[in-house]
Amino acid sequence: MTRVLILGATSPIARALALRFASEGAQLFLAARDADEARRVAEDVSARAGVTALSGTFDASDFGAHDEFVRRAAVELGGLDGVVLCFGTLGDEDAAQTDPGAALATINQNFSGAVSLITLAARHLEQQRSGFIIIIGSVAGERGRARNYVYGSAKGALALFAQGLRGRLAKSGVHVMTVKLGTVDTRMTWGREGARLTISPTRAADLIYAAYRKKSEVVYVPWFWRLIMGVVRLIPESRFKRLSF
Amino acid sequence: MTTTTTSAPSSRHALLSGWGRYPLFESDVYRPDKIAELQAVVTANTSSLIARGAGRAYGDAALNDQNRVVELTRLNRMLSFDAATGLLRCEAGVTIAELIDVFLPRGFFPPVTPGTRFVTLGGSIAADVHGKNHHRDSSLASHVTSFELMIASGEVLRCSREENSELFWATVGGMGLTGVILELELRMRRVESAYLDGELIRAGNIDAAIEAFERTDAQYGYSVAWIDCNSGKSALGRSVLNVGNFATLDQLPHNLAQDPLSTMPKLSPIVPFDFPGFALNSLSVRMFNAVIYATHRERAAHTVFDWESFFYPLDSIRNWNRIYGKRGFVQYQCVWPPAESRAGLVEVLETIAHSRRGSFLAVLKKFGGQDGLLSFPMPGYTLALDFPVTDGLLEFLDSLDAMVLKRGGRVYLAKDARMAPETFRAMYPNLAKWQAAKAVADPNNRFSSSLSRRLGMNPA
Repeated sequence: MTRVLILGATSPIARALALRFASEGAQLFLAARDADEARRVAEDVSARAGVTALSGTFDASDFGAHDEFVRRAAVELGGLDGVVLCFGTLGDEDAAQTDPGAALATINQNFSGAVSLITLAARHLEQQRSGFIIIIGSVAGERGRARNYVYGSAKGALALFAQGLRGRLAKSGVHVMTVKLGTVDTRMTWGREGARLTISPTRAADLIYAAYRKKSEVVYVPWFWRLIMGVVRLIPESRFKRLSF
Repeated sequence: MTTTTTSAPSSRHALLSGWGRYPLFESDVYRPDKIAELQAVVTANTSSLIARGAGRAYGDAALNDQNRVVELTRLNRMLSFDAATGLLRCEAGVTIAELIDVFLPRGFFPPVTPGTRFVTLGGSIAADVHGKNHHRDSSLASHVTSFELMIASGEVLRCSREENSELFWATVGGMGLTGVILELELRMRRVESAYLDGELIRAGNIDAAIEAFERTDAQYGYSVAWIDCNSGKSALGRSVLNVGNFATLDQLPHNLAQDPLSTMPKLSPIVPFDFPGFALNSLSVRMFNAVIYATHRERAAHTVFDWESFFYPLDSIRNWNRIYGKRGFVQYQCVWPPAESRAGLVEVLETIAHSRRGSFLAVLKKFGGQDGLLSFPMPGYTLALDFPVTDGLLEFLDSLDAMVLKRGGRVYLAKDARMAPETFRAMYPNLAKWQAAKAVADPNNRFSSSLSRRLGMNPA
């Protein structure tokens, strides 16, 4: 049985992904900042998939508590075969662009916390020389944009981190997959203009799960974001800085 | 509940309608993922708010013109299920379709279902929805043992027949005006198969149809009739009754008994709905009704139906509401007390046949009793009709209202988009009692909707 720790389990994509893992027989530990919400998601996955999913709480910015948290999750699961990192928050981008405290909060939530938790989990998987890590990032990390560059820089850094980790852990038989999400119908896109290419969280989870089964290295969800971002990267900086998207 | 302070999620300014696509109103729509976010939406702002589920009420029940709407579709977590008792605890955004997907393979079916499975349980309690088994099993809410309601203060109250019972009966059928239903406990029904054993019975006119309902009442838990609104005189009210019970294993043919709880429908649909989306003029509707009637020419002996074609013939065409075109349609459902049912049906069917307004869908059904203060069902017969929005329609429906009211009947709020406030007050005699319960839970009328303002439902 695959034992999987899902970090940030209350996001709609994580919920749908947890259900996919559970219906394929995985044993889950679903963790989020809000204990009651994590428990509700675990109960939901349990009722729908006819399994027993565990739940717990963590704070991505409380670095000192991460070691104990990862240890406990592994003990409760009876071992650890995989980690899925789903958490991330846009934060208050307006504040983050002028207030260093808000900027660092966004960086800690999206990058530093992820580095801390993944490093701890990677140590565990490396020792047993098997397992997988799925890091869910965003196409916002592909190029810095005036509108959300603090968030984007954290996601970009996370993608670089995942890339290096993939190289290092390849020798130990641990697979690291990077997911670059386009726009998904979640609270991040709700009420925003121009969400025409938006897909549902369930569809996103299905695509991520399929990529995991294929052991993809880097996957855009859905695939056409690879093309879109390919074009976006080609725009000369002198022009790009004047674009308002 | 969490103690961290959560700010209200951002809203989306959107043009919303009910399933009938009439009327359309702009609102600020919120869609919380977490209970604390819902609480922030309820308490952060004193402007009017109404909860919305899957948007399957036909008219303006889940609309709030220039005000706030909170969509509960993401609060749809199942919390526990006990296979020994069939008791399910889940959040109110769970749909009937999800219940079937998850629990039919395990031998459980929703105890009551409306004619579409794409409704949420919260909406189903708020509208006190009925199904084909109302004459025997009452409404869905009758199988709900308790629910949790978030009232205007943000406080969550547990409501049942014993606890906060006034609020329980004001919320069942209360159209979302007492608060937001968060989660509920529902007793699922144990079934041996995903099939129904039943009959299609042809009735030449309204008397034959009523006679068939009365005759099959004791034998069958589920019954409904498709009624031809365009035939008159001696054929007035000619219909095809569809009755059935969930099939036991020994009632299934060998090929189906191999996999009795498969949720994939295997049988052909009852109603031949693969028609082109041509304009629904009176002629096409008459042709359509004639086809249904002709298809069921013979009284079949026992027939096996799959669950989907028996309960949800229209769900297979997802956007059937669009066939009425841009102006949308109004659904009209009324009920008469037993002693007035026959005369009421004849009067309304004759009026419709004369009007040539050709209702595309007309459904006849026998009701049992109901307890919610604003619940629609009452013992007697109910008729549901669709009318495309055309000039003069609203006046025409007012004339139907007068006929229904005169005989002590009433019109269904979950489908209404146009009734007059005086008519509503006359049809719902428990309004004052309901208003008293509403005033306790929501003293400042935080919860209101386009429907409640149009009908003057909220207490002053």
